Amino acid sequence: MSKSSKFDWIGKSWTQVGGLAKAKGETVYADDLFLPRMLYAKMLGSPHAHALIKNIDVSPALEMPGVIAAITGKDLPIPYGILPVSQDETALCVDKVRMVGDPVAAVAAIDEETAEAALEEIAVEYEPLPSIISIEDALSEEKVQIHQYAAQGNVHKKVSLEFGDTESGFSQADHIRQELFYYEGSTHLPLEQHAAVAQMGANNRLTLWSSTQTPHYVHRTLSKVLEMPSSQIRVIATPVGGGFGGKTDPFQHEIVACKLAMLTGRPVKLTLTREEVFYTHRGRHPVLMWVKAGIKSDGSITALHFRNFLDGGAYGSYGVASTFYTGALQTVTYPIGNYKFEAMRVFTNKAPCGPKRGHGTPQPRFAMEVLLDKFAEDLGVDPAELRLRHLVPGNSRTVNHLTVTTNGLGECIRKATQVSEFNKKRRKSPPGKGVGLACSAYLSGAGLPIYWNKMPHSGVQIKIDRGGGVTVFCGSVDIGQGSDSILAGIVAEELGIHIQNIIIVTADTDLTPVDLGSYSSRVTLMTGNAAIAAVKPLREQILSAASEVLKIEAEDLTIKNEKILLKNGYRELAAFVEAVQWAESKFGTLGSVGSYTPPRHGGDYKGSGVGPSPNYSYSACVAEVYCDSESGFYSVEKIWIAHDIGQAINEKLVIGQVEGSVYMGLGEAMMEEQVYWPGKSDIGGLHKNPSMLDYKSPTSLDMPEIETILVETNDPEGPYGAKEAGQGPLLPVMPAIANAIYNAVGVRVDEVPITPDKIYKGLQNIKSAKKQKHWLPGRIGPTTFPNVEFPEPIHVDPPC
Amino acid sequence: MLRLPPFEYYTPQKITEAVSLKARFGEDAMYSAGGTDLYPNMKRKQCTPKTLIGLQELKELSLINFDDDGMSLGSGISLNEVANHPEIQKLYPALSKAASLVSAPQLRNMGTIGGNLCLDTRCTYYNQTYPWRKALGFCLKKDGDICWVARSSPVCLAISSSDCAPVAVALNAEFHLTGENGQRIIAAEDFYLNDGISYLNKTHDELLVSIRIPSHEGWLMSYKKLRRRDSIDFPVLSVATAFHLDKAGVCINARIVLGAVASCPLRALQAETLLKGEIPNAELIETSAIAAAKLAKPMDNTDMTLGYRKKMAANFVKEAINEALGR
Repeated sequence: MSKSSKFDWIGKSWTQVGGLAKAKGETVYADDLFLPRMLYAKMLGSPHAHALIKNIDVSPALEMPGVIAAITGKDLPIPYGILPVSQDETALCVDKVRMVGDPVAAVAAIDEETAEAALEEIAVEYEPLPSIISIEDALSEEKVQIHQYAAQGNVHKKVSLEFGDTESGFSQADHIRQELFYYEGSTHLPLEQHAAVAQMGANNRLTLWSSTQTPHYVHRTLSKVLEMPSSQIRVIATPVGGGFGGKTDPFQHEIVACKLAMLTGRPVKLTLTREEVFYTHRGRHPVLMWVKAGIKSDGSITALHFRNFLDGGAYGSYGVASTFYTGALQTVTYPIGNYKFEAMRVFTNKAPCGPKRGHGTPQPRFAMEVLLDKFAEDLGVDPAELRLRHLVPGNSRTVNHLTVTTNGLGECIRKATQVSEFNKKRRKSPPGKGVGLACSAYLSGAGLPIYWNKMPHSGVQIKIDRGGGVTVFCGSVDIGQGSDSILAGIVAEELGIHIQNIIIVTADTDLTPVDLGSYSSRVTLMTGNAAIAAVKPLREQILSAASEVLKIEAEDLTIKNEKILLKNGYRELAAFVEAVQWAESKFGTLGSVGSYTPPRHGGDYKGSGVGPSPNYSYSACVAEVYCDSESGFYSVEKIWIAHDIGQAINEKLVIGQVEGSVYMGLGEAMMEEQVYWPGKSDIGGLHKNPSMLDYKSPTSLDMPEIETILVETNDPEGPYGAKEAGQGPLLPVMPAIANAIYNAVGVRVDEVPITPDKIYKGLQNIKSAKKQKHWLPGRIGPTTFPNVEFPEPIHVDPPC
Repeated sequence: MLRLPPFEYYTPQKITEAVSLKARFGEDAMYSAGGTDLYPNMKRKQCTPKTLIGLQELKELSLINFDDDGMSLGSGISLNEVANHPEIQKLYPALSKAASLVSAPQLRNMGTIGGNLCLDTRCTYYNQTYPWRKALGFCLKKDGDICWVARSSPVCLAISSSDCAPVAVALNAEFHLTGENGQRIIAAEDFYLNDGISYLNKTHDELLVSIRIPSHEGWLMSYKKLRRRDSIDFPVLSVATAFHLDKAGVCINARIVLGAVASCPLRALQAETLLKGEIPNAELIETSAIAAAKLAKPMDNTDMTLGYRKKMAANFVKEAINEALGR
């Protein structure tokens, strides 16, 4: 555990900023907002997975008492999308619907009941089209296109990259494995449903309050779609009751609420139903993977080849980035001699996939770590030892040109396996019990913004009141991960004052400098560095003024515990607030700004924009399971997870993020599935379980004990050496559980979720195989892979 | 969020008053005990009663009486009370266990034993929101004319998903009903019908007032529930058993009931016959379990694959028998 005594706040566990308000029910979420004369809006979703809209008549709805306005796609025809290359969404469908639930019209009424009843009155004429529900459908269907801008048929994006020479890499290998893996889609399941309130002020300025992770991107989108200058729009991100990547796009309900507020001149609230949250989705892409890997007998990887199919759903969203992410981060854990990465993202008539915690990397990481477990068995080597022998060193560049500054994975593996007694348990456990190890890495913020620009990724502004109160302004959004606490802690540390005297103002485009948002685990590193930069000139001003009054050289002074001290001996000379007043007398009103732009790490080939990050976090996870050999039912008994955090800013928050990641990973490993009826049936494309009862996510009773071990590597790029904590620790959980199941009962499930019925099938196969010799009897997973041509890869030489 | 449709709410103070309100408002009215199943169903428009007759102030529904011949349990007693009552735990452990496994703690505080025994049947194609069911094209059970589970089926195949019902059948319970035309007693086994729509043998006005369970002194019993998670989930397969063994270990009486495999709890009569008059050894238990499992013809309309649920049935019955017999 981290005990960094050189700091007052950093590495300690102070109470989360805003935590008590949440516990007491004082926090005002978007749906808690009530404005005078407010209307309530609802959207009408498509009953078809794929259909042309022939006609929409909203007039019967408008005739209903209490209904104030009704709009259709014609009122909001301008397309948008989070990525500049995928501007394929409209707030309401204009001429066709691409999934069940795709909104075609919206009404604003005096209450939700009236709005809901009004939807029933809207007459929509559809001409159904054949629906495309699976990866295979999307690849084989040439005539029916979900989007006409697709690369080909229903293929949204093709990627083909080769680093080094994989053919020669395979020829140097002593062992080669070819495997198929499948990773099922899952959704974020935030407890708070998305909600937005819009108001058109008398001054013709539009304000949107929304539960969003990315107010800056929403701001840009509103300007585009509503054809209003950004300066006339204010976006305020309300406290977010769970995001996990599901509130990172600009959304239909946000735009619709704004449009209805503009039309009616009254505030409009639109809160999604739980079912609509499932359709809004942007969750984990289902990914079918073909992997070929070659290793030498010492375990070093001479060549790796991934071929991935991503089931993207109905829209682009972050999908192009997700596609690259299924290839980018395999290289930062263990050195790969030569690497080929091919991927295709297809459109299907289902809810659009996007960035869910780990964004595009849990799927290949699952494949990678299960594969290593198999290799360890091939070589007769301990799986921990195999990994420890081959780790990407610090201060190095990977085969795909990613810069690794520090890598604490070795220490993570050693500690996690040591405290869990992994080696002992792996060799000998009671019947049904087993352990599995897996590792991972994740980025501390994407190195590039969503839209090309050279401006900072994060800005922080600070003002100091004469009374000593310090207000910190930043565009970042606290989505429960504690980013407000990080800002407060860093400013408190840098200024030598108490956190209680820091006021945090975040995520308001009228008030706060731009921060790109709470995604890609970027906030601690980027706003942290921006905050340090913002404090620096203020601290200098305060010490300079104090120096003048106290007649002591500024460099001999410091601030600690709200006091100006003599650095040498910590003698107390003045109160902080006194020095603040001296500084204001000398310099005028106190205020400063600081910003952060990540270093240009990474290569310069096409596609090199996805993967670079200032630094990478590393995790090693050991899972212990008990599996009933009759039924295949299993429980995860305990998780040990060691995480290279660089330096914890707030230790309790880091552990919270690690435990939350484990929880979410457990859901994906054991049960979560965002699934639909297949396309060939006449109900194809209908979501199978759009409710919190039927979409199975673990309950508190399914949660095992978690032991978190923090490893500090003091990274040069992070504030105080920090790395991310919010996503990386999810990644090793699924493969650790898969490996543990194999260790427990000999069934290899090469897909998630790993459900009792799959294990049962594996157990039955093993039983019957004892009679008739069968190859890999206990293996459950995909058996076929689409035979599709990938384009000639872009060849990139590995760095020298 | 989903809104509750508007309705009128009555809080009768007497059973007769409740029943006459129900008779007056007819099929448009529904009784509401804990409301834990009813209100979500109303939000999804599976039922849209114009009138609700709240049962929470009927004191007679919360009585528990023990006598030499058994126990009388008011239908309004909460599931948590049934689960935690020391006498019930001692005398009818299968019942307290079943009650303890319903949903989650908060819902067991509100949900009642009567509500669970009258629980609406469930189906993947039915327990969905109105817009979802509209996209589907509705189904036989509500607003439509086709059973999506088996399209040629003339009857609704929604699943009996009560945890307590199989136990009530296994314990030979009697249900005391009060309706417009007076009181009636019906055996639990006869109360349930294998029809997803008309799943209860009662008229609309009849109210389940109390449950009479005969003394099971000396009996051995068990309840086992298959579901994905350790909380919240409805059963996708359940087994309730009760056995009476004589001093020599011969099985004098046996009751084995399967839940969540049909629209009503199913008694495994063949398995019961196999066990009766015999000393149940491992082999006989296995044979009986296989015989009982033949009844399980699950459909693809709840959680977990139907093949797996079918495969699990024999295992589950075996385990339930062994658990009851303390093996």
